[in-house]
Amino acid sequence: MRLNRLLSVFILMLGVCCHIVQSHAQTVDDAKLRPLVQALAGDNFEDTTKAISDLVKTGDPRVSKILDALSAGDLYLAKADKTVFLGKRDGSDYAATDALTGAKLDPVPRSAAEKIKVNNRLRRDIAAAVGGLTLMSDNIAERRSAAEAILKTRDPESIPLLDQAIAVEKDASVKALMQQAKAAAVLSSDAADDVKIAAITEVSAGNSRDALGLLTPLENVQGPVGEAAKAAIDSINTKLAFWNAVQNVVYGLSLGSVLLLAAIGLAITFGVMGVINMAHGEMVMIGAYTTFVVQQIIRTSAPGLFDYSLLIALPAAFLVSGGIGVVIERGIIRFLYGRPLETLLATWGISLVLQQAIRSWFGASNVQVGNPSWMAGSFDLGLITLTWSRLWIIVFSLSVFAILQLVLKKTMLGLRMRAVTQNRRMASSMGIRTPWVDALTFGLGSGIAGIAGVALSQIDNVSPNLGQGYIIDSFMVVVFGGVGNLWGTLVGAMSLGIANKFLEPFAGAVLGKIVVLVLIILFIQKRPRGLFALKGRAIEA
Amino acid sequence: MITQWFFTHVDRRGGIAIALLVAIAFLVPLSNLLLPETSPLHIPTYLVSLIGKYLTYALLAVALDLVWGFCGILSLGHGAFFALGGYAMGMYLMRQIGPRGVYADPVLPDFMVFLNWKELPWFWHGFDNFWFAALMVVLVPGALAFGFGWLAFRSRVTGVYLSIITQALTYALLLAFFRNDMGFGGNNGLTDFKDILGFNIQAGTTRSMLFAATALFLALAVFVSSFIIRSKLGKVLVGVRDAESRMRFLGYRVDRYKLFVWTISAMMAGIAGALYVPQVGIINPSEFEPANSIEAVIWVAVGGRGTIIGPIIGAVLVNFGKTYFTAAFPEIWLFALGALFIIVTLFLPKGILGLYGSWKTKLADHAARKKDSAPPPVAAENVHLPEPQAAE
Repeated sequence: MRLNRLLSVFILMLGVCCHIVQSHAQTVDDAKLRPLVQALAGDNFEDTTKAISDLVKTGDPRVSKILDALSAGDLYLAKADKTVFLGKRDGSDYAATDALTGAKLDPVPRSAAEKIKVNNRLRRDIAAAVGGLTLMSDNIAERRSAAEAILKTRDPESIPLLDQAIAVEKDASVKALMQQAKAAAVLSSDAADDVKIAAITEVSAGNSRDALGLLTPLENVQGPVGEAAKAAIDSINTKLAFWNAVQNVVYGLSLGSVLLLAAIGLAITFGVMGVINMAHGEMVMIGAYTTFVVQQIIRTSAPGLFDYSLLIALPAAFLVSGGIGVVIERGIIRFLYGRPLETLLATWGISLVLQQAIRSWFGASNVQVGNPSWMAGSFDLGLITLTWSRLWIIVFSLSVFAILQLVLKKTMLGLRMRAVTQNRRMASSMGIRTPWVDALTFGLGSGIAGIAGVALSQIDNVSPNLGQGYIIDSFMVVVFGGVGNLWGTLVGAMSLGIANKFLEPFAGAVLGKIVVLVLIILFIQKRPRGLFALKGRAIEA
Repeated sequence: MITQWFFTHVDRRGGIAIALLVAIAFLVPLSNLLLPETSPLHIPTYLVSLIGKYLTYALLAVALDLVWGFCGILSLGHGAFFALGGYAMGMYLMRQIGPRGVYADPVLPDFMVFLNWKELPWFWHGFDNFWFAALMVVLVPGALAFGFGWLAFRSRVTGVYLSIITQALTYALLLAFFRNDMGFGGNNGLTDFKDILGFNIQAGTTRSMLFAATALFLALAVFVSSFIIRSKLGKVLVGVRDAESRMRFLGYRVDRYKLFVWTISAMMAGIAGALYVPQVGIINPSEFEPANSIEAVIWVAVGGRGTIIGPIIGAVLVNFGKTYFTAAFPEIWLFALGALFIIVTLFLPKGILGLYGSWKTKLADHAARKKDSAPPPVAAENVHLPEPQAAE
């Protein structure tokens, strides 16, 4: 045992000797640095702190690596010859490398070495010091992260380093970040009041949530600094509240867009035919499954086209759902005209059959629908982060709405549909074949539901129950917005979406939804035909 | 005297139904309790509970038919009243558990102990008393229906609009009862019941008595429905169903008639729920599912809406089918149910009883033509469905 240790010490010494021989060949810098590195293993933390700042002052690029190792606890002191080395645990030994040159040394037994202790204060110092070192780095990413590190530690000692760095910094965003970091450091230093107030202005111009963290401790300071901090906090809070509201509106709009997509087809069939299609949700679901099938085909036969899979799925889903819609209308619904309640029941039956058919075919569990690359990721808008899928769904549903308006206003089919909506018998007398209009309307409504399914497949789980989750909400939109006018559906969907999102923070998601439902039930009392009711003279619409 | 009074308010079919229900209210428990298990006429306890469950569904169907079949209000939310009645009964049964729960708290039901609640919420007080709970079984659904109906009928929300907001009502309640903070056991609902009125709820005798109570309440419901329909008020209701505006122009306060029958129907549904819970042993928020309420509509449609006993037949048949299919061919059940919705609305608008009626007419017609005399008799007397109205 003793012999063993002696042997290892001997080997270690041999290694160190070899190393000294090697280092003669290196630059003089090495010889200057080495005692400083040695000093890191001082008797107490104060010595270590001094050693760190001495090391930093040399400005040698290797220093940051050594300090990082110290902070991570990878720096060891060999007991025998008091040399500092970089160690990695390897069984009962440390795989040792020279701290300065990185040259491989002989392994040191774990009992023959001692870890150089660091505490949290030291770690903070190290982080700041390393930050200061890399502030002058050639790599822009390193400079940025250095400035961020100082922004976190707010070490007043880094102010001179920052001043140097700011003077030479070329990149505007990094420069701004450095100025932020400097202001933060000034605030935690004992600088004069006017300097601090200038720093407060500087800080509050940056990231609001960070600034709030910086300024809150200053709020209770007596004198002008405290007042300035308080004023800055107030203005930041106003700004945050504003962006919070913006976020609620955007989230509400995206929820509203989903509702709009799900409800708009329903609104058409209900408006034109007075038919409540309980199977509408299943048309949405079939659209989503069509997307799934399209993606499967693309995956196996043309993987390169995957980014276009949604564009291919759109017409496919429209045709599949629309086709099923026409079949349902011709096969079942046309026999039930004039009996809206029976139609409701029959379409409910259809929805059960369709659900079970999909379940038998694709299985009861969710299927995986992928996101094309342009749907993934997010971007910043002011102080909030939005995902692309959220934005695309708003754009998409508004375009569907616009196209539908065009179809209704500018095409022959649209003209006939509007005529039938307003007065079925008169339209029929003028030679419009109302049964065909009905079939095409139902097909159009179902097709749009299919398109909605393509969009929903991107944000929701695709399972046989997909449609069930939307059906009640889309009814609410139609009932709230009123029938026979697509603008009503748009306004209804968006206001329900936004109301939901604004209620959520106060009441929670579930209670918020309940409140919205109750509000709609009450609203119906006031306007039994919805927001935008068709005006007419019939007693029974 | 009494029989005469009885038959002025109930037609022949209703009378037969009531007599049959009263008879099985006595015979089924007797067979279960007195006959030895080897006897071919013995009805095992599980079957008693199963049929009892069907009968509570039948009671719900009768309630629904009262508003849909006779007043034209298609409710897609009657399951809400059913479930509320069930919850009122469930709360009584929870309080009866007392210190026998898992956490052995003498006052708080297990789920409240689990949620770290310190005392009973105010709305749970009084439910340790059976009669208070029984009152709530009718009062809570009745009050909700009254408030909802008062708002809806006064502002003339009719047709599919009304159907959809009733659906929204039950959906809102579903979401609400799923929340733990509501104080109704959240997701898991109320279960683990021990006894009712001091009798062990698992015992065969108790089950038989619950069955008898269900059958008698159903008989009572048939009587009350017949009574309402054959009264002057009933004629007004049918008038509202067939031509609401015309009735309004004739000077009837249509909303009040509707509100009355709507509230009565909700109370019946509440009773059905209260009888359902002790027989199945659990009540949870899924009873509020809109799909359940729509399923109840199909029971009525299958049996024949606008007839008093049709819904009973429909509820029992469809639920028997459900029990059979979901066990034997679970894949097929939704296809069968969906097809039932479509077939009934397309081909059997008057349900099974309507089919029977038209079949009888045809037979009589046939016989009459053979004899070459006398015009054909009128079909089943209570079946008048509205003339199809134009969509506009």
